[in-house]
Amino acid sequence: MKKRSRIITASVAVMSVSLALSACSGAAGGSNGGNNQSINVLMVNNPQMADLQKLTDDNFTKDTGIKVNYTSLPENDARAKISTEFSAQAGQYDVASISAYEVPSFAANGWLSPLDSIASSSDFNQGDVFPSLTQALTVNGSLYAEPFYGESSFLMYRKDIFAAKGLTMPSNPTWQQVADLAAQVDGAEPDMKGICLRGQAGWGQVFAPLTTVVNTFGGTWFDKDWNAGVNSPEFEAATQFYVDLVKAHGEAGAAQAGFTECLTNMTQGKVAMWYDATSAAGSLEASDSPVAGKMGYVAAPVDKTKSSGWLWSWAWGIQKASKNQDAAQKFIEWASSSKYENLVGTQLGWSQVPAGKRSSTYDNADYTKASSAFFQQTKDAILSADPTNPGLQPRPAPGIQFVAIPEFADMATQVSQGVSAAIAGQQTVQQALSDGQAVAQAVGDKYKK
Amino acid sequence: MTAILPRTLIGTSTPEKRTRVRNRKAWLGVLAWVIALVAFAPIAWMILTSFHSETTAATNPPSLFAPWTFEGWASFFGAETGVSPLPYFINSAVTSLGSTLIVLILATPAAYALSIRPVKKWSDVMFFFLTTKMLPMVAGLLPIYLIAKQLGLLDTTTILILVYTSMNIPIAVWMMRSFLQEIPAEILEAAEIDGAGFFFKFVKIIIPLASPGLAATALICFIFSWNELLFANALTSVSAATAPVFLTSFITSRGLFLAKVCAASFAVSLPVLIAGFAAQDKLVQGLSLGSVK
Repeated sequence: MKKRSRIITASVAVMSVSLALSACSGAAGGSNGGNNQSINVLMVNNPQMADLQKLTDDNFTKDTGIKVNYTSLPENDARAKISTEFSAQAGQYDVASISAYEVPSFAANGWLSPLDSIASSSDFNQGDVFPSLTQALTVNGSLYAEPFYGESSFLMYRKDIFAAKGLTMPSNPTWQQVADLAAQVDGAEPDMKGICLRGQAGWGQVFAPLTTVVNTFGGTWFDKDWNAGVNSPEFEAATQFYVDLVKAHGEAGAAQAGFTECLTNMTQGKVAMWYDATSAAGSLEASDSPVAGKMGYVAAPVDKTKSSGWLWSWAWGIQKASKNQDAAQKFIEWASSSKYENLVGTQLGWSQVPAGKRSSTYDNADYTKASSAFFQQTKDAILSADPTNPGLQPRPAPGIQFVAIPEFADMATQVSQGVSAAIAGQQTVQQALSDGQAVAQAVGDKYKK
Repeated sequence: MTAILPRTLIGTSTPEKRTRVRNRKAWLGVLAWVIALVAFAPIAWMILTSFHSETTAATNPPSLFAPWTFEGWASFFGAETGVSPLPYFINSAVTSLGSTLIVLILATPAAYALSIRPVKKWSDVMFFFLTTKMLPMVAGLLPIYLIAKQLGLLDTTTILILVYTSMNIPIAVWMMRSFLQEIPAEILEAAEIDGAGFFFKFVKIIIPLASPGLAATALICFIFSWNELLFANALTSVSAATAPVFLTSFITSRGLFLAKVCAASFAVSLPVLIAGFAAQDKLVQGLSLGSVK
């Protein structure tokens, strides 16, 4: 009996020592408690965020004494972690990168701190931020996030290929014109396809560009009374057009292609056109890009609407449970400022500026010189985007390439799997949308009361 | 369908038979090489890609002989963001080694009580251990997250050690039990006749005899803990994040990342590879001992 108790005592002792030692460890970052001036920031791992990480210590921390501990994750992981963190109000992170998609529901649930004091600061100059972005991040009159960078969508094409073929790209093309041009430039060079369009399943993948096509074809996810319109003739015509175009003249392996794959295809000369985010232009015009200087940029193609580009911005929001509200606000004031844009321009290069959020960026001679090929089209696209009225009919919730309700991500991802399968030739568009209608209507019914 | 062997091949060793055996061995050798090369190809591709530029790394088909660069490795060591990988590796080492140590301390006596001196209803106990692996891990994620939050253990290596220990104990008990069963009862009886007590038997006889099994179990537990991402990603933020979490930070939906991810993947898998090579002899011995033959 004595021996047994000795064994138990020894085991418990070893475990306690191990756990106590481990509790003292935790080497990857700083603490956010006590008097330490430090904040924790959770963000998507986009190139603009990597630049921010690089510049923080020598500038923000040096000036304010506030240490910033970053966690950067791939988009899907970051979204999942942000949702868990904010819904539990765990307080591990003070600031997170969120978007106009999350802000309405996060603010309604009381998970975000209002940023009205930043908005009213004369140094920050909220009036310089594009009104459409401020509006998208405002709920019931309070601003809940400040944009870090903004983007719309436009059509990118190879000017040299079009010139060699004697083709002209209209400045405001229709989708039919784009389809005709895609057929003509398909095979212009060995292994070159006409156009790159995202085909990968996911609400933020195929349905980002496809929803803008649906909008301009007169379709919508929901009418103002929350009736789903996924199998409507307009939604179906748009999806059929998109699937036919990408199958006939789109990139190889289209059903698996997202932003990154299309960027690779474009830089490697495997496609002649690409419809995607305006922020892609920075990568295409970068000094090490093989297609720099060969690209042309025009407005997002339309059908029945005047414009069709999307509106997106990664913005900074503060968790309500954060114990470092003041330090977090200081960080946002710095990261979303025009001063930070100038810092990126002078230290890393003007093409890397997180643009698309402030008017003053487009008045900056250094920036406009570095981005002369695309800055005007980007600004026009962002200014012409209208998240409250992106199509032909009134909408029940804001959003151009998404519907700003929490259920949209799951719903659109489910429907996108059918569309992606249609692109791969595994099922018909009608079948995909018929299945999608049931999924969407189930969501719509929740909001009908 | 019975094959009738030529009379010359039965019970004799003719030159033809020897040649046939030699040929068969040669073909088996070739087959083993082919399988080994196919299995190693992705690792070789990963290492090669880590030395390519992002642009050449993203080509399809892969351009294996593109010029070499250390850009991917520079990114891994923080050239782009200024973030050092070292703290993440330290956290991984603390959680993996800590949990493996506790697992061995708890699982070895448990396995003893289930094999050499079996407790009553030992098979029910074994089944109970097995049932703990039947629940999908993701199903426990949210409850564990909320418990960790209530206990103030979020973003500590303590919570990871606790989770990894509980994840690995059932496997370790099953493995150790099969190793301990191989120890001949006569040796233990002889020791008892010589007056050896429980501790003496356990420390001086059972542990040394089961050391290959202990090594194999430790390595498996270490690998499982080192590679775990789901819980590490959910339960840690900035202080206790592990190497696999650091690895995912290179993946982006807006840009090219293959070369740096390959560099990071190779670096993250290196400790496991080294541990595997170091314990190779014990591992082979251990795996051929127990029921995992």
